[in-house]
Amino acid sequence: MKVDRANPLWRFHGITPMAIVFFAYLYLPIIVLLVLSFNENRLATIWTGFSTKWYSVVLGNDDMLRAAKNSLIIALSATVIATFAATLAAMGMARGRFRGEGGVAAMLTLPLLVPEIVTAIATLLFFIVIGVKLGLISIIIAHTVFCIPFAYLPIRARLDGMDPALIEAANDLYANEWQAFKRITFPLLWPGILSGAMLSFIISLDDFVISYFVGGAGSTTLPIYIFGMIRIGITPEVNAISALMLIISIVFVSISFLIDRVRY
Amino acid sequence: MEIFTRHKRFWLIAPAVIYIGFFMGLPLVQMAYVSILERGVNGGVEWGNFSFDSYVSFIFERDLMDNLMVNTDYLQIFLRSFGLSALTTVLALILGFPTAFYIAMQPQKRRNMFIFLVTIPFWTNILVRNYAWMLLLRNGGLIDHLLASVGIQTGGLDILYTPYAVSIGLTYTYLPFMVLPIYASLEKLDHRLIEAAFDLGANKRKAMTRIILPLAAPGIVAGAILVFIPCLGAYVTPELLGGGKFMMISNLIGSQFGAARNWPFGSALSFVLLAMVLLAMLVYSLKFKKMAEDAS
Repeated sequence: MKVDRANPLWRFHGITPMAIVFFAYLYLPIIVLLVLSFNENRLATIWTGFSTKWYSVVLGNDDMLRAAKNSLIIALSATVIATFAATLAAMGMARGRFRGEGGVAAMLTLPLLVPEIVTAIATLLFFIVIGVKLGLISIIIAHTVFCIPFAYLPIRARLDGMDPALIEAANDLYANEWQAFKRITFPLLWPGILSGAMLSFIISLDDFVISYFVGGAGSTTLPIYIFGMIRIGITPEVNAISALMLIISIVFVSISFLIDRVRY
Repeated sequence: MEIFTRHKRFWLIAPAVIYIGFFMGLPLVQMAYVSILERGVNGGVEWGNFSFDSYVSFIFERDLMDNLMVNTDYLQIFLRSFGLSALTTVLALILGFPTAFYIAMQPQKRRNMFIFLVTIPFWTNILVRNYAWMLLLRNGGLIDHLLASVGIQTGGLDILYTPYAVSIGLTYTYLPFMVLPIYASLEKLDHRLIEAAFDLGANKRKAMTRIILPLAAPGIVAGAILVFIPCLGAYVTPELLGGGKFMMISNLIGSQFGAARNWPFGSALSFVLLAMVLLAMLVYSLKFKKMAEDAS
């Protein structure tokens, strides 16, 4: 590999092997899972030959498809609401300090701080007391809460990186606020909004703990369904469905990062 | 320069803050309230009947004569959670520091790719990640096969469903949180300081312990906290890789809303967990501010 000789950190040997161990540890399980999902054998861990039959088995499973549909409905709803609220909040928070700003910022990132299980049971108790029926709606409400910071942070970062002179120029040229937003802010901001929305979507799609506690009969999501399958045992069906989840996540996150690198 | 006027900004921020306040702030307050209520006869809670039983039963239990006896079952679960989280933090540091260092010594262009590689597993489903480790660790799994092929017959690794498996899974889950802040501090490091150390006759070990480690300390502290805190609240890993036999705090909390049906006790445990997390963050932010001030 090419070496940056100007960087004095290169003088330290023994770092590279550790990094190799690290990346092997990080990617070995993922690669093994992907490979085994194409194994034709019923015994999920011994390789006997290539086959895509477990994918067809999984994709033909009605319970799984119903769970996937629930997950999609939840993730889409939570993403739309959270991204909308987060975009507004980011525009309100950007530039110009105000009293209580620290408190408001803490509130917006609170969902990242509170342990999932605490959020899950506090929300469950709350829904029981105020009489929200446990099901898709309750899960959407709960997901929206933790999606807000995931959408907020990339949007805010994008806004902070924007050149304030652009808005000043728009104002000087007699653009009103709406025109300035439509013609200047939004065209520069959309990669941040899209990136935030995609992160929210994937975080909601992957959530297990909160859905597990605030869901009810008929609102089984894909992760809850997978959890049930894993509890029963290691099977090729679980390999295939897990590999699918894995691929979806990786594709989404890659796209999100690529969008976020769109230049100002 | 402001994009919007003051009162418009208020209305922009309000929806998100009110939403989080109503659906997260209020529930947390209510949870704290439930934790000091009496447990209902058939599960649930007796609204309006206050009792500190939940906090008392953390350490004591009542015998048939209504005497308080020390019961360390729950304490053990807390200690185990702390122990596993500490072990995980150390393992993550051992693997994470060299990796952050390795990324920091790459040419600028390649760094982003490595950082992306570090974060990808974080965005994949946590059940899937833990399931992958079940495939590797179980008896007759891949690691067993590999060991057998180099002539080590384990006769079954017997590691799945042990605290070791839980620790491996936790380290795997939270590793990125260690690498990223350490990398951030190493990246900012002024190379001239290291050059100067070498020019003044320092060997590599001296340069590492006297220059690099002290300057990377804020990143290491941040990483340790970012690993330790979510580890304390881990739910899925002990459930899957521990086989439900090695409960951590979260699993104990979860069980109070399932089979055990003791909402006040579950709420009290949650409140204690939340308090510990917030306290750690508070201490960290105060300490971190001081470190940043000292550095400048």
